[in-house]
Amino acid sequence: MSTTANQKAGIGSVLWDYLTTVDHKKIAILYLIGGMFFFLVGGLQAMLIRIQLIVPENEFLSAQFYNEVLTMHGTTMIFLAAMPLLFALMNAVLPLQIGARDVAFPFVNALGFWLFFFGGIFLNISWFTGGAPDAGWTAYAPLSVFSEGHGVDYYSIGLQIAGFGTLMAGINFLVTVINMRAPGMTYMRMPLFTWTSFIASVLILFAFPALTVGLFLLTFDRLFGANFFNPDMGGNAIIWEHLFWIFGHPEVYILILPAFGVFSEVIPAFAKKRLFGYSSMVFATILIAFLGFMVWAHHMFTVGLGPIANSIFAVATMAIAVPTGIKIFNWLFTLWGGQIRMTSPMVFALGFIPTFTIGGMTGVMLASAAADFQYHDSYFVVAHFHYVIVGGVVLGIFAGLIYWWPKMFGTLLNEKLNHWFFWLFFIGFHLTFFLQHFLGLMGMPRRYWTYLEGQNLDLFNLISTIGAFFMAVGTLVFLYNVVKTQMKGEKVSGDPWDARTLEWSIPSPPPFYNFKQEPLVRGLDPLWIEKMQGNGKIQPAEPLGDIHMPNRSLTPFMISLGLFIAGFGIMYQGGMWVLAGIGFATTLGSMLYRSLKDDIGYHVHKEELEEEGDGSNG
Amino acid sequence: MADHTNSVENSEKHEFYKKKHREQMKHQVVTFVMMIAFTLIAFGLVIAEVSAMFTIPIILVLAAVQVLFQLYYFMHMNEEGHQWPAVMIYSGIFAAVLTILALTTITWW
Ligand code: HEM
Ligand SMILES: [Cu+2]
Repeated sequence: MSTTANQKAGIGSVLWDYLTTVDHKKIAILYLIGGMFFFLVGGLQAMLIRIQLIVPENEFLSAQFYNEVLTMHGTTMIFLAAMPLLFALMNAVLPLQIGARDVAFPFVNALGFWLFFFGGIFLNISWFTGGAPDAGWTAYAPLSVFSEGHGVDYYSIGLQIAGFGTLMAGINFLVTVINMRAPGMTYMRMPLFTWTSFIASVLILFAFPALTVGLFLLTFDRLFGANFFNPDMGGNAIIWEHLFWIFGHPEVYILILPAFGVFSEVIPAFAKKRLFGYSSMVFATILIAFLGFMVWAHHMFTVGLGPIANSIFAVATMAIAVPTGIKIFNWLFTLWGGQIRMTSPMVFALGFIPTFTIGGMTGVMLASAAADFQYHDSYFVVAHFHYVIVGGVVLGIFAGLIYWWPKMFGTLLNEKLNHWFFWLFFIGFHLTFFLQHFLGLMGMPRRYWTYLEGQNLDLFNLISTIGAFFMAVGTLVFLYNVVKTQMKGEKVSGDPWDARTLEWSIPSPPPFYNFKQEPLVRGLDPLWIEKMQGNGKIQPAEPLGDIHMPNRSLTPFMISLGLFIAGFGIMYQGGMWVLAGIGFATTLGSMLYRSLKDDIGYHVHKEELEEEGDGSNG
Repeated sequence: MADHTNSVENSEKHEFYKKKHREQMKHQVVTFVMMIAFTLIAFGLVIAEVSAMFTIPIILVLAAVQVLFQLYYFMHMNEEGHQWPAVMIYSGIFAAVLTILALTTITWW
């Protein structure tokens, strides 16, 4: 059992390797490929939306198809692009940052990926079987209950499967951070990306069950004649909105916190200073997570909850701006007086700060309940959440990908192309979304498939669509860069950015066991400490010994495949029930197999390790 | 000589753990008996047809106490090294209570 067997392998064995892998670094690559694929699909849908809106009364897309494209754009981007891309980053570096050889539950980690993957495929099969979901990514009842065809069934079952995967991933990272930290890696020495991913995992653990419940109710209302959302039968349509947003608002923080973490790594690395206000950063992260659970009704101000509920939720929402502001100032103070290197991840970070601040400001505007009656369901809201999600999460993801690309693949993306990517994307982004604030204030409602001439909406919509093309070209530049870099395959050292944290102390890409000897952590930014006070190498905390590793397994793939097949049976019923039987039998059988079979892994022996260098970034 | 001190230490350790286990055992038996008593009380209230206004809150309180007994005495949350489970359980309860509270007050009331 050594990796040398995999080198120079044929396509079949590479495929098998990835289907059965439980190595977090390979799972990161799987998440990256899956997430990028869906990011492109979602991007294509965005382009269709913008082309439809380029001129008034356009007939490029039919109204029904527009609804489907719009719904799938939102759903894909949040659940199938942003989340997996963040998981790609977490899998790639979180265990390395805390000096762990592996995650706590490698099997569960693989299961998380395959559930996401099959959930995403399930959702997208709807395009070919009579129509995609068309009730918006928020799928409000009663519209979602009465929506014809099977579109919304694909939504409820597909997201259910993908959501299980997210829960698995969250639980794994929680336990990894609690249990797997290297000697000396106390909580208050953990890098900020680890901290924010950890807190995001807590949010996943508590927020996703609300979505699970909501989706179950929706599935039962649509497929099994239940009446949870039907007021005629004693149900209540508002329950869906509550459940969705009890999940949904924490979800936006699940997305943004890891992105905050990325910037908190990138800015100190390229300002050559330790992060300003480390403990206040940790505190602000926890405070955001805590408050994030108490604000969901700000999405429901116009539902008619009454002035008292609206006021409470408005004040709670505005309070979140305080810890967010703490973070913004800490980044600025980290930059202050630093020796700034304008590498591309740094440029992304510098672009992020003002963009996200604008998004936070419009957030506070939306949070004043009385004013929100005007903004709600207009393009102003669309502008707000794209400023925070694209200007925050997406910029964070790309900053992180470029920054950690050498750690994941051992190569460095071309810096010049990265800068081109940034400027095209960044300028395109502001062109697309800045004017949407004003479109909203001028009364353009969101989610309509077209608008009338002569209402002064034409010019801004045209500019917005032009901006979207800039973003698309920028993304293509990034893809071209990836292909070019990987074809060239020029290897770099383990620490190409001259960075500060533990993941840079080992080779790029790291060996499958990560750390040859458990590292001894002497403080925050451990590698930097060794560079300043020691010989630039992390001291080991143990003598060289055997390393215990988990065995590969196809079971996670089979468990997920079973649920995927069963989904069709539940949806189409009748003769298709047999699929539900086959699917659940596959899933439960695989789980049984996993429970009964003792799999204690294997050991990499000391003698093998001695042949492979000293395990430092060299 | 070294061996000698070692074995003394060992037997002290042994005694300590023995005592500790005995105490644990006592706690577990006591809580077990109390839980049976609680169950009997709950059933008794229903069988005796005491007013529902009284019975339901009492049963809920007894249930909550039983959950705590379970967690603290049978699942060892009263021992050291269980801070994280406690933090997570209480935050979970916090999120759940908040949800239920909000739904009952603003939707169903
Ligand atoms: C200072 C922080 C923030 C405040 C005060 C805030 C406030 C709000 C409010 C009040 C709304 C509802 C507007 C309406 O529908 O009428 C809203 C919508 C939204 N916000 Fe934020 N927000 C903040 C940060 C964020 C962040 C960080 C994200 C994501 C990373 C985000 C994502 C969204 C999304 C996706 C929606 C629209 C959901 C939909 O209806 O489809 N917000 N925000
Ligand atoms: Cu929100």
